[in-house]
Order: sequence, then C-alpha cells, then structure tokens
Amino acid sequence: MKNNKAKKIIPPHPMEALLRSERLPHIWCAGCGIGTVFSSVIAAVQKSGFDPDKTAVVSGIGCTARMAGYIRLDSFHTTHGRAIAFATGLKLARPEIKVLVISGDGDLLAIGGNHFIHAARRNIDITVICVNNLNYGMTGGQMAPSTPFGAKTTSSVSGCPEEPFNFCYLASACGSVYVARWTTLHTRRITNSITEAMQKRGFTFVEILTPCPTSFGRRNRMGTALETLKFYHERSVIRNDIDPKDAPVDFSSNIVVGKFVDTERPTFMDNYQFVCKNDIGVWPDFNGTAMPESQTTR
Amino acid sequence: MANKAVLTGMHFMNGDYACCEGALAAGCRFFAGYPITPATEVAERMSRRLPELGGIYIQMEDELGSMAAVLGASWGGVKSMTSTSGPGFSLMMENIGLGICTETPCVVCNVQRAGPSTGLPTLVGQGDMMQARWGSHGHYEIIALAPSSPQEMFDFTIRAFNLSEKYRIPVIIMADEVVGHMTERVMIPPEKEIKLIERRKPKVPPGNYLPYHPDRDWVTPMANCGDGYRIHITGLTHDERGYPGMDEETQAQMVNRLIQKIVSNADDIIRTENIYLDDAEVVVVAYGISARSAKQAVREARANGLRAGLIKLETVWPFPEDMIRDVAARVRALIMPEINAGQMVLELQRCAGGACPVHLVSHLGGSIIHPRTILDAIENAATSKVRLKNKKTHVKRVSRQSARRR
Amino acid sequence: MKYWRKPLDLENIKASRGKVIIIEDRCKGCGFCVEYCPRNVLCMSPAFNLKGYHTPAVTDESKCVNCHFCEALCPEFAIYSIETTETT
Repeated sequence: MKNNKAKKIIPPHPMEALLRSERLPHIWCAGCGIGTVFSSVIAAVQKSGFDPDKTAVVSGIGCTARMAGYIRLDSFHTTHGRAIAFATGLKLARPEIKVLVISGDGDLLAIGGNHFIHAARRNIDITVICVNNLNYGMTGGQMAPSTPFGAKTTSSVSGCPEEPFNFCYLASACGSVYVARWTTLHTRRITNSITEAMQKRGFTFVEILTPCPTSFGRRNRMGTALETLKFYHERSVIRNDIDPKDAPVDFSSNIVVGKFVDTERPTFMDNYQFVCKNDIGVWPDFNGTAMPESQTTR
Repeated sequence: MANKAVLTGMHFMNGDYACCEGALAAGCRFFAGYPITPATEVAERMSRRLPELGGIYIQMEDELGSMAAVLGASWGGVKSMTSTSGPGFSLMMENIGLGICTETPCVVCNVQRAGPSTGLPTLVGQGDMMQARWGSHGHYEIIALAPSSPQEMFDFTIRAFNLSEKYRIPVIIMADEVVGHMTERVMIPPEKEIKLIERRKPKVPPGNYLPYHPDRDWVTPMANCGDGYRIHITGLTHDERGYPGMDEETQAQMVNRLIQKIVSNADDIIRTENIYLDDAEVVVVAYGISARSAKQAVREARANGLRAGLIKLETVWPFPEDMIRDVAARVRALIMPEINAGQMVLELQRCAGGACPVHLVSHLGGSIIHPRTILDAIENAATSKVRLKNKKTHVKRVSRQSARRR
Repeated sequence: MKYWRKPLDLENIKASRGKVIIIEDRCKGCGFCVEYCPRNVLCMSPAFNLKGYHTPAVTDESKCVNCHFCEALCPEFAIYSIETTETT
C-alpha cells in the first residue's frame, strides 16, 4: 500500500464490521451498481440505530440477492421470488427483528410479484429494496418486467416486445407506505431513503436503478458502468412527493427519481390484533420496541 | 372455546381438527396456509385457535408463499406448519426442498385426495406417496408419517413436530381425505403427559459457531435469527459455515450429511404397529386409511383360520427396509392395499428382494378399499400353489376394487 | 483555499482534511471514485493489482476534505478516507 508507514496502524474500512470480508472480492462485475447499493445499505443499517443482532436480510435468487451472503447480519438466501413470503413469516414470528428484503427486479416483481402485491396490501412491516438493472443479470441478460420497450436482451434479440412496469406506481397502488426511487449515483440519498424506510412502520419500498454493463449495458450501447452513471447524472430529475404514476423510467426523456410516497397505515399486526380483540399475549411488544423514540407513529 | 393449548379430555372430533389440536399441543404457534379441499378445516380451526394462544394465522396468497412463510417463521424460532392437498403439495415442493437443504424444522400436512391434477377434490386417494419422498428436485431424505384415524392425526402431529425439531427437517404428514374428514373419538391427554422435543441450541458463543457442523448424530444445533449469531442460510450448496461452495467436495459433504442424518437415525424414526405378526404366513403391509380396511380383513382371516398378520406403517418414509426383509424371508406372501396404482408396493417389492411374492390390491381413488377385497387377496395368497421360478420377484395385481360394491 | 470573501470565523473553523486509503487488491478498476471525487484528488494509475485491474492513485492528498464520497460510491469497499490532522 502506498501510504503505509511501517509503524502506523491503518484503520480498517469503516464498514468492515458488517462485511463478511473473508468472502471478498465479491462476484459482481467491475462497475456493477449492486456493490454501491450494498455500501449504501450498510451505511443505512449503521445510521438507522437498529441493533445489528436484531436486523435480518432476506433475499431471493439473482445477482442482487447474493448480497445476503456478503453482509454480516442474519441473512437468508431463499428461493427465487419467495423472499417476501419468507420475510413475512420471519417478521411475524419475531416482530422485534427488523427485516430487510434485498433482491432484484425480476425476483421481486416477476416470479415474486404475487407476494409483493399482497405483502404491500397487508402492510407487513418489512423494507423491500429492489435493485433494478433492467434485466435478469445472473442468467446472462434476459428480458424482465423492467426491460424498456425495444431494448435488446438475450431473449429479445429484436427488441423487447413488452412495456415495463412502473414499480413505484405498482408499489404505491398496492398500499406501500413509503416509495422512493434513486439511481446508484445518488448514494447518500439511497442511504437516507433506506434509513427512513427502516424507521417507518409498514411495507416500505425503495427502487434503485443500477448499471449492468456486462449484460444489459453491453447489448444496448450504454457503454461502461461509468458512462451509464454519467447518463444517470444527466438524465435523472429529482421530483419528491409527486404521484408515482407521473414518474416513469423513460430512457428517452427523463428518469424521475425521488421520494414519492410517505404515508401512514395500520400494519398487518395492528389489524390482526384489532380484529382478534384478545391481547396477543405471548408475543413481544411490537409497538416499536426497537425503533428510535422519535419515530413511534402509533 | 377454552383458552388452552391442550384440550384434555375425550372428544368427538374430525381428523383435520385433531391435526390442528395436535399441532397446538406440540407448541405450534404459526400457521400459513391456503384453502384446499380436504385440508381446509385444519386452516379454519387454526385461524380460530391461534389468536387465543398468542399465535398467528396468516392466509397467504398461494401455497408457494405459505411454505416460504412457514420456513421464515421457523427461523424466527417458532414452531410452524401448513396444511394442503395434492395440487398445493406440488406447488410447495421447491420450498420443501429449501427447508430440507437449510435443515429447517417444520411440518407439512398433506391430506391426500385422488389425483392427478385437480382430480376428485372431495374423495380419497393415496397417490402422493412417492411425491412425498421424491417430489422436490435433487437427492435428499425425508420423514413422512401416515395416520389412519383422527386419534392418530392428533398423536402423529405431535410426533411430527418432535421429529422435525429433533432432526431439523420438514416432516410430512401423509393423511388422506377419509382420515381428514372422518369424525371419531379423540382422547387428548393431560399436558404433562405430552412429551415435547425442542431444537438443539448451540453451546458455543457466536464467534465459534458453525451453522452446519453436525454433532455425532448428524444433527447440528440451530441458532435462530435474532439470537446474535449472524448466521447465513442459503439454498445453494453450502459448507459448514453456511457459505456457498461451488465445488464437488462441498456438494458431497452437504448431501451426505442430509442423507446420513435420516438414514443413520432410522431406528429412532421408523415406527410400525404389528398385529398377529409372529406366526403369520401372509402379511398385509398397509398405511393410512387402507390400514383400517386391512386390519378388519386380517381379523376376519384369523377368524377363518388363516395365519394372516398386519404391519401398519406409521412411518412411511424412511421405509422400514430391514423389517420387511426379515418378514419377507419367513412368510408365504406380502400384500399391500393402496389407493393408487402401486407406489409403496414398489418399495415393498424392492425390500422383499424376491424372497416371497408381493401382491398389490389397488384402487385408483374415489373410495376406500373394502376389507372383503383384501380378505380375498389374503385367501388367495394363503392357498396359492404358485411356486416362484428362479426366485424372481413376482408382483401380481390380485384384484382391483370395481365400482360395483359387494 | 480561495474564498470569495473571507469568513468571519476563518481562524476558528478549520476545513476537514482527509487521507485516502486504497485496498488495491479489492479494486476492479471501475473508475467511479476518480470521476466523482469533488476535489479531483484521484486519478487512474498505470499500475495494476493482482487481478489485472488498474487501481486509482492519489494525486494531491492535500485537497482531500474527508467527504467520504469515494467510500460511499465504491462498489468493492476498496477505498475510504479517514480524518487526518495534517494541515495544508
């Protein structure tokens, strides 16, 4: 190392405590945005004030889902699309655990779409972080529900014949209480959004657009990851508090990012308790024992 | 309804309800399910009883989500179960595989109906037996129990939870529609007479804990989520630290552990009820509701002077290979009645190994096998003059129950 | 530093200074840190690491203000800054 004086002890990376560094370097490509999202997630976990022993990460299958294997928290790398259902069971069994679901666009919203909409409807208290690289990266770059119309992928060589979802609009329509979208360039805003989402009660959703230079970027002439980031820099427009319906990801005009929805709604457990009327006696108090004082909402 | 987990006393109860009560007596406090005939009653009763006991019932959007939620709750430290039938069982297979690979304790109750596909939703079948063993992809071992009465639904559900906690594996209860929907006497014992087994906890501090380093009996102590152990659990082939290992050594180590865990503990897991076995010449091997018909047939055969015996399989997987081998060596014939076209009979044939003929009494589904049909098979086998040439295994379908009843 | 006007508390407040530490063997040469450092402290060096990637190098450490942006942006956890008390 160039700045190593023999007697000085170099402090470790500030995030070392939450990294499984014995498994680094990780599998993601050079310039892959997932690494940056990972860095933002760890910063958010540190910033949110939750006890790391009581924070869990659940993921499905795919490039983003591999994050579960590199983060030094209780982490569960489950089956494709079922991360949210697994997280539902985990959260209801142990309400004091803060559950983060971190997975990709195809995993959460294609095969996992059913679980996504129902968990949002029920307002299960989990934070879902969807890393959107516009395709199925791990399997080589096939089209996904996020792939823009006309984009080239390995399973749509003449161009994708389908229009993509607006994930934020979908999440908001299903009842998510916090919806935000950023790109990997907006690292600090991602960290802030995830921190706010974690501290909020209910189903919270953060979508992050990321470059995928090896699969999507290469086939769609988006250049290197750095060039994609510059593209995000030029084209992204921050519009907070607008209706997510008016916030499409449109590569021909502007990529609208921001915090779109931030509301309150009773969670599944609030409603379950209300309807069952008896106290759910043996469960720990789930009215926010782990949350910072300032964020208690009910 | 009483606000207690164990409803001690004599009840007149339906099999599905008895399964629910057994689960609650065993400590189950989480149920995630989806309605499906004929297992819906388990879910309905759970939805009423669990809130009284501080548990949670959630009706998931499909069976895939149900199984995933059950695994998640188990990792949260709570005993959890789901109930389903054939079509739902097929949907749950991937996540049952995840449960086996990650060694997650939980219980799945499959109240079988006639299949394939949508089949006869309200009528009995026993056609999922091989699916219980091989339904998920990859190679693994599984534990499956087959109750034949509402009382056994209660007792075997408690046993299923104990086995799942002891061996860290999903345990499947292979009930069937008749056992599930029949209403019969169920005796629920006092709470202190019910012995429960809890999952083994790690004895080492977090830095030294390996999530998949087994003890001598091939079972690893289990740290739950939130206990401070910072575990990593994955469905990818993993090493003892739980980290994915993409090589053949890790695969061999992991799959071997999953297999040995069950195979080497088979004596503890396998249970059968043997009736008139000691001097039997013709032995009927049966499970589920067919065992009830078989019991009646064996009793009538004995009354008519035939030396018939019964092995009622309480554990269907792992299959009692050693016992069958011993019995096959000294009897004239083995008979298996099944409400399918021959599934467990293949195991019987394999284990008998040609030592004696194996006869299948088959019914393709829709009603139970009449004891008369089994009695006819016993009589034929007892008086048969067929000699085996070259000691090759001889499987002869003796009779198939016709739609016309006698 | 050049100021548009001299702040009244210039003697009391010192701008933070940082030192950049690079874990070269983790780097995959994406170039994010070099491009987005607000003080242009880094450049891509011609040297390369064990895996063959070109790593960043510090050109002028005196300009680093410990903003941690390289640390936040790096996908590989290969670069971070720490506070230093060395003055300009």
